[in-house]
Amino acid sequence: MRRAFDLSLAAAGAIVLAFLLLPLLALFLRVSPATLVHELGSKVARDALVVSLETSAIAHAFILALGTPAAYLLATRRFRGRDLVVSAIDLPLVLPPAVAGIALLAAFGSRGILGGTLSAFGLSVAFTQAAVVLAVIFVASPFYLRQGIAAFAAVDRDLLAASRTLGAGPFRTFRRVALPLAAPGLAVGSSLAFARGLGEFGATIMFAGSLQGQTQTLPLAIYAELDQDFDAAIAIGALLVLVSIAVLLAVKLLPSWTRSGSISPVPFAPSRSS
Amino acid sequence: MDPLRLDLTCPLRSFALELALEVGEEPLALVGPSGAGKTTLLRAVAGLVRPERGWISAGETWLDSQRGIDLPPERRSVGLVFQDYALFPHLSVEDNVRFGASGAVGETLERLGIRDLAGVRPPELSGGERQRVALARALAREPSVLLLDEPLAALDARTRVQVRSYLRTLLRELGLPTLLVTHDYADAVALVSRVGVLVEGRLVQLGTPKELLTSPATPFVADLIGGNLLFGRAARRGDGLTEVVLEDGTRVLSTDEGSGEVALLVYPWEITLSRTAGDDSSRNHVQGVVEELVPLANRVRVRVGSLTAEVTAASAERLGLKVGEGVVASFKATGARLLGSR
Repeated sequence: MRRAFDLSLAAAGAIVLAFLLLPLLALFLRVSPATLVHELGSKVARDALVVSLETSAIAHAFILALGTPAAYLLATRRFRGRDLVVSAIDLPLVLPPAVAGIALLAAFGSRGILGGTLSAFGLSVAFTQAAVVLAVIFVASPFYLRQGIAAFAAVDRDLLAASRTLGAGPFRTFRRVALPLAAPGLAVGSSLAFARGLGEFGATIMFAGSLQGQTQTLPLAIYAELDQDFDAAIAIGALLVLVSIAVLLAVKLLPSWTRSGSISPVPFAPSRSS
Repeated sequence: MDPLRLDLTCPLRSFALELALEVGEEPLALVGPSGAGKTTLLRAVAGLVRPERGWISAGETWLDSQRGIDLPPERRSVGLVFQDYALFPHLSVEDNVRFGASGAVGETLERLGIRDLAGVRPPELSGGERQRVALARALAREPSVLLLDEPLAALDARTRVQVRSYLRTLLRELGLPTLLVTHDYADAVALVSRVGVLVEGRLVQLGTPKELLTSPATPFVADLIGGNLLFGRAARRGDGLTEVVLEDGTRVLSTDEGSGEVALLVYPWEITLSRTAGDDSSRNHVQGVVEELVPLANRVRVRVGSLTAEVTAASAERLGLKVGEGVVASFKATGARLLGSR
C-alpha cells in the first residue's frame, strides 16, 4: 500500500517535471545550435535585443533609484495607510497584462487623463520607447519593492538606533548600515524585477505597439516572427530562456553566498530588551 | 565633566516613566524588574524615544519640552551600549569602533584589549569580546555621558564574573557620568556604589548598597536585595521589644518599633540553622522542614518553610542537611527589621 503510494507520488512528480521542461528543451532541440547563433544575427533579432536592453536598463535604473528609498520608507516608518500602500504594491503582480496595457493607455495615452498635459509640452508617450519603459516599470517594480521592503524590515532596528547614537544622521545610517545589510535581499529583488521586465509582453504591445527598432522588444519579436521566420522566433526564445536561467541561478545563489560569508542577514540571535 | 541631569515623563504601556535624576562622576545603577521603564529611560536620554515632557542636559541642553528643544540622537554626545550590543555585523571590529570615532581608534582598541581582534567581524566574537567592542565603539566617540543597558545580561555565568570586575574598574577610571540599568541587584552593586531602585517608572529609593540594605524604603526593595519578607501583625511588648504574629501563627520578636499590619525583613545571612533550638542569644526560633537546598559557590541557600537561610557549604555538610528533614532556623531580634505597613 505504502509502496503504491510512493510510486504514484514519483509518477506525478515525473509528469509535472516533464511537462515543465519538455517545451524548454524543445526550443534547443528543434534547430541546431549553429542555426540559433545565425538567426540571432538577423536584423530583427538584433534590433529587438537593442530595444530590450535599452528599455530594460532605463526602467531598471528608475526602479532602483525610486524603489530603494520607497522600500526603506515602507519598511521602517509607521504611518496611517501604510498597510494599504503595501497591499497596493502587489496589485500589478496579479493584474492581467491586458488590463495593465489599457490602464497605462488610459493614464498616459493621447486620450488619457495625463495625455492632454503631456501633449501640451509636446510630449507623446504612447507607442514610443518611453511607453516600453513605463510598461516595464509598471509590471516589474513590485518585484523589487516587495523584496526591498522585506530586506529592510529584516535589518535589526537596534543597529539603526546604534548608528544614530554614534553620530550618524538618518542618511548616513541608511547608507552605511541599512543599505549594506539589505543588499543581498535587494539584489534578489533586482534580479527578479529585471527578469520580469525583460519578458514583459502584454502591457507593452497594447501601450507601446511593436515597431521594429523602436518598441519591438525580444518577446514582441518572437510574436512578430512567428509567421515570418519560425526559426528566428525559436532562437530569440532560446536566448530569453538562457537569461531566465541566469537570473534564477543568481537569485538562488546570492542569499546562500552571502549567508556563508560574513554578511549575515540575521546578525545575532534576536533578543528584546525590556 | 558636566553631570547628566534629567527630569522627564514618558508614557509606557500601563504606567508612565516619571523620573528626576542627576548623575555626576559617580556611576549610578538603576535596578528594577523588566518592564519598569529602564530601557525606555536610556533611550529617552539618547534621543531614541521622545518623552511626553521634561528636560535632559549634559553640559548643553538635549531636551527641553517647554522651550521646544529636542536634539536628534546624532547630536547628543552620548555613548549607548545596547543590551545585545547591536554591533554592525558587516563591519570589522575596527570599523565598528571607528564608525562614530572622533579621531584615531588605536588607543581605544588597546585600552579595551581588543587590538588583536581589529580585523574580525562581530558574528565571530564571543560574548565578552562583543561587549568590549560595544564599549570601545561607544567610548571612541568621546561621549559626555555613558549609558549601559543590562551590561551583563547577555553574558554566560563565567564570563560575567570576569566582566564585572574589569567593568567596575573601567567605569571608575573613565570618570564619565555613567547611567546603567539592570534587573539584577547583584550586578548593580558589583559595578557601582550608588544604586537606585526603579519600580513601575518611579524611583523608589536611591542610595549606597549599604543604605538600601539597612533601611530599604519598601518591601519591594528588601525583596530585590534578597531578604526574607514575612507579613503579620505587630504589637508593642512591655520589655521594649515588638512582637509580630505572622500569618501562620509563628511569633517573632523585633527590636524595631511598629504596630498593626507590618512587613518583617530578615536577611538570609542573619539566619542560623541547627538541629535543635539551642541555648544561644537568638530570640527567634522557627521550627521547619528543609524544602530546598541550592548550592551557591561556597554557600548553600536553604529554604525552611517561608524562610530562606544562607549558610556556608561546610556548615551544611556538618549539619547533614537533607530535604524533608526537620531543622530550626534562628535569628536575633535585631536581625528582624520592620518595614511598616505593606
